[in-house]
Amino acid sequence: MAIGVKVMKRPDRQVSYVRATLKGMVLTFKHMLEKKVTMQYPEQKSTDADHGMGVYALTNRWRGTHRMLTDEQGRSKCVACGLCPQICPANCIKLVPGEDEQGHRYPLIYEIDEFRCIFCGYCQEVCPEEAIHVGVHFENSEYSRGRFVYDLERLQSQTHAVSTLWDPSDPKGE
Amino acid sequence: MTPELKGYLLLSAIKMLIVFTIIMIGVALLTLMERKVSAWMQNRHGPNRVGWAGLLQPAADGVKNILKEETLPALANKWLFTMAPAFSFIPALLLSAVIPFAAPLPVDFDFSLGPLGRFVHHGPMPMVVADLPVGFLFVIAISSLGVYGIALAGWSSNSKYALLGGLRASAQMISYEVAMGLSLIPVLLMSGDVSFSTIIAKQQAGLWYVMPLFLSFFIFTIAGFAETNRLPFDLPEAESELITGYHTEYSAMKFSFFFIAEYANVVTVCAMVTTLFFGGWDIPFTDWDRTGGLLATLVTWLVFFFKVLFWIFVVMWIRWTLPRFRYDQLMALGWKVMMPLALAYIMVTCTAIYLVERVFGIQGPVAGSLVLFGLNLVIAFLVFGLLDSGIFIRGSGHRQQVLTERGTRAAVAG
Repeated sequence: MAIGVKVMKRPDRQVSYVRATLKGMVLTFKHMLEKKVTMQYPEQKSTDADHGMGVYALTNRWRGTHRMLTDEQGRSKCVACGLCPQICPANCIKLVPGEDEQGHRYPLIYEIDEFRCIFCGYCQEVCPEEAIHVGVHFENSEYSRGRFVYDLERLQSQTHAVSTLWDPSDPKGE
Repeated sequence: MTPELKGYLLLSAIKMLIVFTIIMIGVALLTLMERKVSAWMQNRHGPNRVGWAGLLQPAADGVKNILKEETLPALANKWLFTMAPAFSFIPALLLSAVIPFAAPLPVDFDFSLGPLGRFVHHGPMPMVVADLPVGFLFVIAISSLGVYGIALAGWSSNSKYALLGGLRASAQMISYEVAMGLSLIPVLLMSGDVSFSTIIAKQQAGLWYVMPLFLSFFIFTIAGFAETNRLPFDLPEAESELITGYHTEYSAMKFSFFFIAEYANVVTVCAMVTTLFFGGWDIPFTDWDRTGGLLATLVTWLVFFFKVLFWIFVVMWIRWTLPRFRYDQLMALGWKVMMPLALAYIMVTCTAIYLVERVFGIQGPVAGSLVLFGLNLVIAFLVFGLLDSGIFIRGSGHRQQVLTERGTRAAVAG
């Protein structure tokens, strides 16, 4: 065999095709009686706390829709340091910093274009204040393209769980 | 027109309407059943969104197919392209006319309908649209017409894939028709008649023909699979190779007519298996079903329905179990296995019936059938135990062996 084709050694005697067929039919019939593995999506979601489908839960490492965390007064934790737009490989974060009279920096404009975002999670990794996060969430449908640019208010009003990014030095998350 | 003829026509029209409606609704529901069965075998739920448990899915599919755009390929033969779905659909539907689906119903009426005159009918009405004396010969004749629809669909599309699919379909259907026809001759030998009502009556008197004629049943079922182009014989369609073969160029309702035809064929083959080998509407171990009356008719109809449904399930079960044959394997199975087997079986059955009736003088349908049943156990053991040992259909493991043989032969010749 010049091109390295592997010819499987198949038994060619003492093989009954009728019996093999019946064996296969028994197998498929057994599968009919087994538990169904499909998740009934709109009713059950893999982001639900208890969706009854154990192994199909999204992991906490899932990187989805962004979320901006807030402090006790309801203001965003962001200090407009500018690291996230700097590191963002897709260049999808728009940040205009502002400063109040006590010298606290805050974002005047903070927008994330979810279309351009590649959900790498670098913004969360780089954020010194643990303000911007990627989240465990995946339902982003909108009726217009403009709605995919999330402003600060929208990022703050997200309630889904945030991602716990994968740490290479602790691969199992222990 | 005599009042009797008018009464007969009236009843026939009603029966036609009922059978047509049941077949059309049944076919629609079969598409759902197919998807459900396939889903269950793959640990899925299947369609369950439209209506309760997805029961309205066929209606949704139908609406979708009607609303879709009808396309006509460039340079296609327009007339044949349009007619081909009908060519494959009509024979499939026509076959349902000759299968008896319940015990005869005694009907007596004598009334007048204004200008139409008197309608009279007395005595039992056979629950079959046309109780033809030519019986299954009609079925074989008409079912072979289905190949025209497929071949013409492939040819008229002006597409190489569709043409190949059509050619493969024709070759396959013609090959398996031989085995199918031959496998029915033992049934004729046993019953002495080709009409379905006689065959059912004989089975009621003796045993169901699946026992004395097991091999016939086996060959007929396999040929039936091939005739209806179902897996493992769905080479005409061959989704993964020929992009669905002969109906590649079809869209919308024309496309779905091929599907209706396929499912109508499945229903017919299953009804044939039920009628020829499983006693039709017969309820085993009782004579009550032959006493007549409305209740008997209804119950026998239900029995027939469930027998057919069981075989339809088996057809789907096999479809979602087995992979597709290779084309040479398919042809080898048809010509080198099925046909000789059917021929040999005719000889064996002939001899056995002659010996049982003339030489040993065993009288009575049950005793004779039992002897044949014993013989069939032996034959089944021989066929499935000894012959079916990788001799007929060779896997690719034989490739090396074939190459070696060829090499030896070339060496000898050289």
